[in-house]
Amino acid sequence: MSDNLTLPAQQGSADAGSPSTETLLKVEGLTKHFPIYGGFPIRRKVGAVQAVDGVDLSVGVGESVGLVGESGCGKSTTGRLITRLLEPTAGRITYAGQDITHASRRELAPVRSEIQMIFQDPYSSLNPRQTVGTIIKSPMEVNGIDPAGGREKRVRELLELVGLNPEHYNRFPHEFSGGQRQRIGVARALALNPKLIIADEPVSALDVSIQAQVVNLLQKVQDELGIAFVFIAHDLAIVRHFSQRIAVMYLGKVVEVGDRDSIYNRPRHPYTHALLSAVPEVEIDGEDDGRERIRLSGDVPSPIQPPSGCRFRTRCWKAQDKCATEEPPLVQLSGNRGGHLTACHFPEDPTTEDRGEDIVLDPALAALEDDATQ
Amino acid sequence: MTTLTKESGAPTSADAGAFLSVRDLRVQFRTEDGIVKAVDGLSFDLERGRTLGIVGESGSGKSVTNLTILGLHNPQFATIDGEIVLDGQELITARERELEKLRGNKMAMIFQDPLTALSPYYTVGRQLSEPFMKHKGASKKEARDRAIEMLTKVGIPQPKVRFDDYPHQFSGGMRQRAMIAMALMCDPDLLIADEPTTALDVTVQAQILDLLKDLQQEFGSAIVFITHDLGVISKMADDLLVMYAGRAVERGSVKEVLGAPRHPYTWGLLSSMPRLNSDIHQALTPIPGSPPSLLNPPSGCPFHPRCAFRSEVPGTLCTDSRPPLGEGRAAACHLTAEQKQSIFIDKIQPRLR
Repeated sequence: MSDNLTLPAQQGSADAGSPSTETLLKVEGLTKHFPIYGGFPIRRKVGAVQAVDGVDLSVGVGESVGLVGESGCGKSTTGRLITRLLEPTAGRITYAGQDITHASRRELAPVRSEIQMIFQDPYSSLNPRQTVGTIIKSPMEVNGIDPAGGREKRVRELLELVGLNPEHYNRFPHEFSGGQRQRIGVARALALNPKLIIADEPVSALDVSIQAQVVNLLQKVQDELGIAFVFIAHDLAIVRHFSQRIAVMYLGKVVEVGDRDSIYNRPRHPYTHALLSAVPEVEIDGEDDGRERIRLSGDVPSPIQPPSGCRFRTRCWKAQDKCATEEPPLVQLSGNRGGHLTACHFPEDPTTEDRGEDIVLDPALAALEDDATQ
Repeated sequence: MTTLTKESGAPTSADAGAFLSVRDLRVQFRTEDGIVKAVDGLSFDLERGRTLGIVGESGSGKSVTNLTILGLHNPQFATIDGEIVLDGQELITARERELEKLRGNKMAMIFQDPLTALSPYYTVGRQLSEPFMKHKGASKKEARDRAIEMLTKVGIPQPKVRFDDYPHQFSGGMRQRAMIAMALMCDPDLLIADEPTTALDVTVQAQILDLLKDLQQEFGSAIVFITHDLGVISKMADDLLVMYAGRAVERGSVKEVLGAPRHPYTWGLLSSMPRLNSDIHQALTPIPGSPPSLLNPPSGCPFHPRCAFRSEVPGTLCTDSRPPLGEGRAAACHLTAEQKQSIFIDKIQPRLR
């Protein structure tokens, strides 16, 4: 670890490469249903958006766990449930051995300072009427923390750590570019020496050339300070770059979870296959990348009335009767590494290579391609 | 003071062949803070049936260019110079009435966000039918049949029922399909797609991109495809134009530009983005700094404040003189061809493994 740290390293920080054995956060059967009210004249609950439905997840000390999935799959809601910005409907959240599922404000106070969040949009997540100094200082004020040398000195240290000029202490957010604003968001999250940071799409609002700057900053923070991350993103390549373990979510459920290599090179769940195959990759050599081609049909179904059984079955090419009646459990399939769990009755082969024949489920696409080949 | 290097040998629009030809396009906006040079001397050609990809970051002028082609800028605020010739017809000097005949007919646009681009007040069917009735003089019945045909083609289930639905009743992917159907109603020769899949999920994006590609083969339209995603562009385009600060910095076929890029900005873009098979222990190499303000662009080469290879160019050439973009396969950079090649092979390519 480098000597010029501006923050004290967290205790028990794990080497970034190896997943630690000590669990920091454990989530079991986490569920969040948002009620839908309707009817006249008395508005009754008529249904629920099943945003998150029984998610199991664990994050080790100093580990980075990626959460991927399409919009509406519940990955952001999961992040907000972990930080207790939302109240879980059911399930259990254990942080460092303490059950915080329904902890009161007072019980949560010490935990809150250890779990911080970085938001997606650096424009709306910073108060435009406060200076950068005030923004970064306020977590310390709220928690009554007086670092040695004063809060202002600490803020300047943090600004320097995230690659901003400490002289900019008195500037306002609008004087910064998008990438710099996101750095301010990172500095605010680091102000309380957190042990866990929930990063909700931290780079997707940024320009391509700026994304790498922020990803590198987060990686530096993780390596040097040993902070555990829950990295929520839809960009699979960035998640792969940043996270040691990845959970793939679909419609409120984790469908596959495993280490980086298992998910990206040996996926078993059809949805993981489809997701990976849909990523447009730059073909630097100008040649076909030899990956399988899977085109699903339609969009993600509504989480108000999710499909019975396996939720992916309505878009799955392997679906059978069993998938509609029986929900597949998230288990380790034979041939998979430890920790690689898949929720599927009819898993795919563990490879992403071209399978000779494309899977095109989209009817319009299939029709056009049939015409073209004839 | 910046000395502009005159782009020598830039062909005139008299060069026959090109279906869409843009020459030395300049678009400026007057704002309270000064003049914004959104597009500054851009030239390109596009043939029928080909796809030109334009990549660049926000503020690089890629969207402004395409709104200019469609004539969608308010002349009160924008100063437009240069030449845009579509199939022999000059567009910049054309009257509004002539442009109206072209828009939605000969040239059509697919916008980034289908929810804001479609009117919430009219049914999808009505919005599809309108341009067809206006341009082709079709009856309501004919337009309806055509709209249903197009909705079927782009894969909207139950098109007869969906014809009477409002945009909010469609999901994001379906809205984008409906917009593609709308753009294709009059069988346009030129299709401008401005970040058509940025708002969509990755599995839906893959469907839409393939759909656009297949439809292009059937309809034979020329497509200008704007995006910031190099992966998308490598799947979609034949030719590629990399834009930075209102100027084209590199041009060539997709294979050439992505396979052997010659401009430091293109190198920067490629090495700042992780890929699914890249080495995870290799740190990303970001481009330092941030995109310049177009109110006060840097002198000389607009990329010089962020360029890692400025020291390789003798003297103050980078800060004083704006490098020209030659014809055909070219990059607007003061590095010599040998330097570009050796830097790419020695320093850039290993990062992309």
